[in-house]
Amino acid sequence: MLELKLCQLGYPLLSLMIFVPVLGAFLLLFVRNAAAVRWIALAFSVVEIGLCMPLLLNYDSSLAHMQFGESVKWISAWNINYTLGVDGISILFVALTTLLTTISIMVSWTAIQDRVREFMIAILFLEAAMIGVFASLDLFLFYLFWEAMLIPMYLLIGIWGGPNRLYAAVKFFLYTLVGSVLMLIAIIAVYFAAGRSFDVLAIMNHKFTLTFQFWAFAAFFAAFAVKVPMFPVHTWLPDAHVEAPTAGSIILAGILIKMGAYGFLRFSLPFFPDAAIAWTPAIMVLSVIAIIYGAYMAFAQTDFKKLIAYSSVSHMGFVTLGIFALNSQGLEGGILQMLNHGVSTGALFLAVGVIYERTHTRLIADYGGIAAKVPVYATFLLIITLSSIGLPGTNGFIGEFTILLGAFLHYKPYAVIASLGIILGAGYMLWLYQRIAFGKITNPHNEQLTDMNSREVIAALPLVALVFAIGLYPNAALRVMHASVSNLIQHVNAKVQSAPAVAQTLNTLIGN
Amino acid sequence: MSSMYQQVMQAMVPIAPEIVLITVGLMVLILDFIVPKEKKNVLGWISLLGLAGAAVATYKMMGIDLMFFSGTFHLDPFSTFFKFVFYTACGLGILLSINYLNIEDIRRGEYYALMLFATTGMMLMASAGDLITLYLGLELMALSVYILAGFMRQDNRSNEAAIKYLVLGAFSSGIMVYGMSLLYGLAGTTNLTGILSFLRGADLANPIIFLAMIMLVVSFGFKVAAAPFHMWVPDVYEGAPTSVTAFMSAGPKVAGFAVLLRVFLYALEPLHAHITTIIAGLAVLTMAVGNILALSQTNIKRMLAYSSIAHAGYALVGLAAGGPEGAASVMLYVCIYAVMNMGAFGVVIMLRRAGERGEEIADFSGLGKTHKTAAFLMLIFMFSLTGIPPLAGFVGKFYIFKSAIEAGLLWLAIAGVVFSAISAYFYLRVIMVMYMNEPKGSIALTTSPSLALALAISATAVIFIGVYPTDLLNYIARSSIWIR
Repeated sequence: MLELKLCQLGYPLLSLMIFVPVLGAFLLLFVRNAAAVRWIALAFSVVEIGLCMPLLLNYDSSLAHMQFGESVKWISAWNINYTLGVDGISILFVALTTLLTTISIMVSWTAIQDRVREFMIAILFLEAAMIGVFASLDLFLFYLFWEAMLIPMYLLIGIWGGPNRLYAAVKFFLYTLVGSVLMLIAIIAVYFAAGRSFDVLAIMNHKFTLTFQFWAFAAFFAAFAVKVPMFPVHTWLPDAHVEAPTAGSIILAGILIKMGAYGFLRFSLPFFPDAAIAWTPAIMVLSVIAIIYGAYMAFAQTDFKKLIAYSSVSHMGFVTLGIFALNSQGLEGGILQMLNHGVSTGALFLAVGVIYERTHTRLIADYGGIAAKVPVYATFLLIITLSSIGLPGTNGFIGEFTILLGAFLHYKPYAVIASLGIILGAGYMLWLYQRIAFGKITNPHNEQLTDMNSREVIAALPLVALVFAIGLYPNAALRVMHASVSNLIQHVNAKVQSAPAVAQTLNTLIGN
Repeated sequence: MSSMYQQVMQAMVPIAPEIVLITVGLMVLILDFIVPKEKKNVLGWISLLGLAGAAVATYKMMGIDLMFFSGTFHLDPFSTFFKFVFYTACGLGILLSINYLNIEDIRRGEYYALMLFATTGMMLMASAGDLITLYLGLELMALSVYILAGFMRQDNRSNEAAIKYLVLGAFSSGIMVYGMSLLYGLAGTTNLTGILSFLRGADLANPIIFLAMIMLVVSFGFKVAAAPFHMWVPDVYEGAPTSVTAFMSAGPKVAGFAVLLRVFLYALEPLHAHITTIIAGLAVLTMAVGNILALSQTNIKRMLAYSSIAHAGYALVGLAAGGPEGAASVMLYVCIYAVMNMGAFGVVIMLRRAGERGEEIADFSGLGKTHKTAAFLMLIFMFSLTGIPPLAGFVGKFYIFKSAIEAGLLWLAIAGVVFSAISAYFYLRVIMVMYMNEPKGSIALTTSPSLALALAISATAVIFIGVYPTDLLNYIARSSIWIR
């Protein structure tokens, strides 16, 4: 069903996108001057955005095929191939990755003064690995990129992070690693069950036995749930976000945590549809808990960054809710929400970074009334706040609305409770904005606050543009993903086995 | 007369590499009298030349699959593969030693000779087709390493290491010989092929067979440092000169696994189904002991000692899986392990300088700021030991767990990955100390061309095998076909 359409461009576009940052990183090894390092890193990340252009322009959104395909034999003894390809879902995240990486480099321009070269090398390696995760169509290759991402991210948090960075970095690493190694076992088991193949497209067409599906789904779930992060394995996220440097937070919130949800879409649903359906009620409950609990915790935070981190938990709950509604509204809404969250939360962390660089405090209580001093900044923060709340006309609205529509079709009670999350979201975000921007200036330090400079404005502009672009014309993104999403739903429906058989297997597994 | 001479010479061809190493070793011993004290490094380079000569001889005999000396000596792709690993381990060991010995003021030629003798012993172990040859090789290796461990005569810890290693090693050798004699009593032969054909027709429920097998498991378990026979490892690794520790953690351990594979997957193959559980249990225990005790170490040599115990555990997982795949995964694993572990010890050696031991993990503080290259190399080795792609350690673990799952030992594979996730904590701690702590005072590192070369070789290998293991895997697949 899903086919790999080979790259017709005459040059291996996806490989270029993966290896250009690696090349940049190697080049940086020989550059000593910090200013030159920044410019070279920025240049390479802009080249990446440039490479997105042929990718987006030549993508045929009427096809559900994997496009820009490349396949080379790699480790023949284990039947592992270097296979790349993107469909309407992954292409969006590849594009988002290149954008957020460039923004991360721009916001680190003056914030990172210590070991600039190492910092930029880590960012560029991270970019390569992230694009690799979205473009891999071989499970071994995917896992390689998935784990390789941990190294630069761990270093970003651990070296350039806040005071409690060591704890946060190790916690991030260990949580993710434990989930990932369980997935590794499942990947190997899938390899044998599918006739010794790591080929994602071939495995999608393989029908696994029900018992196998349940265990393998659980193992993949372990890896993806930690990454999303779903309740109750979300606790690494607030720590990691608070301690990470701004660039790290933007990438973490914008891309890394989307990978969990992407994993559900790319692997869990097509590989193990029966298990996915059987597990759906549990995942729905966890999603709703994440939505409400995340929002509730966000209310209690005194730290700007931690508040946004908990709001991420809440927003990602919407994403998983939409994905596991398993209908086109839910899935498309979920994917759109992933993009939106990448844009809005990326922008929110950018906003924190901008102000933190000036005041060196993240405590909400240290602010208040700064709107009068820094009008541009206050406007930017307002737009992003409204987008995060989901005000109609901004991107957040379309995503959450479509998700709730999808969830309402099959899971009314969950949709009803989840919609409470939107109200709570409006509450904590507006309250946050009020405490930061409005009122009188209570902290004398803020009297000397300077507004966003042109570099920061340039970094923020694309995100603001995306907030309105997706909000007013979501079809641009929806059209790209539509064929792939309907294909996914068709695939799941075609593969799924009769409900009684599933129920029976589930019962024997539980021991009834 | 001349034809007899030719015959003798021809008969010696299969053991040409061993003869080369022994000859060069003896030459080094003699030259030691002539070379002045401050020029002993020359002996190291001569030993390296000897290794290169032996490697060429082995290379010429690649692909041969024959038995010599009445079936006591296998010249087969399996032993050839291991010989290359031993050359690498010994070569890296010598490169690590050259400058280190000057700092420790060990200016003696015997050191290099003993390393060559130990390597010859390992080669005999890998080639052994007979329990006697096996024992001969093992003792040659073990005796040489006992002396090497105690080479710093003025240092109490070094003496302690040597004594501990000798006493426990002798004890385990005794158990091994007892097990071998029981096998001989039953089978009437010490030849591995003979034992195999005896076992094929024997009543496997015989408790004597079981007893002999257990004794072999225990004694080999001692040699590869499997729990609960690991007690000697931390003290010996900590006390021995660091260059010897590096060599010891790679060479003898790899040789131990060569023998384990040959004995348990070939000679005792009919028993494999009976001992899978025992070996799997040992593997879990070894991984648990190694990884959990490593968590609380503050001395880097002790931490690496426990880590080497843990890695023996992973390799045992492959042995429990058995069959050609299991054997191949163990071969891949031990060869990757040898390279990355010696690399890590190489960085530890860099911290050793006159008047400063540099063995505490805290001594690595701020290395990422003051010595970027050294810290980056250590980072690579630590992540590789953790098993994070795209580094070689990941490929090794992947193959081990893959063969375990293929053999139906899913639970063992799960235990393996869980323990390797735990291990991330103590490997990360080294990285954390290097990159995230402030430097304590000024650190001056000792570097030398030979040390740099050793580190460059191991780091390149770790990255290259991690990204492109294809050729190595194909070579190992060709070298492990002897297991039927």
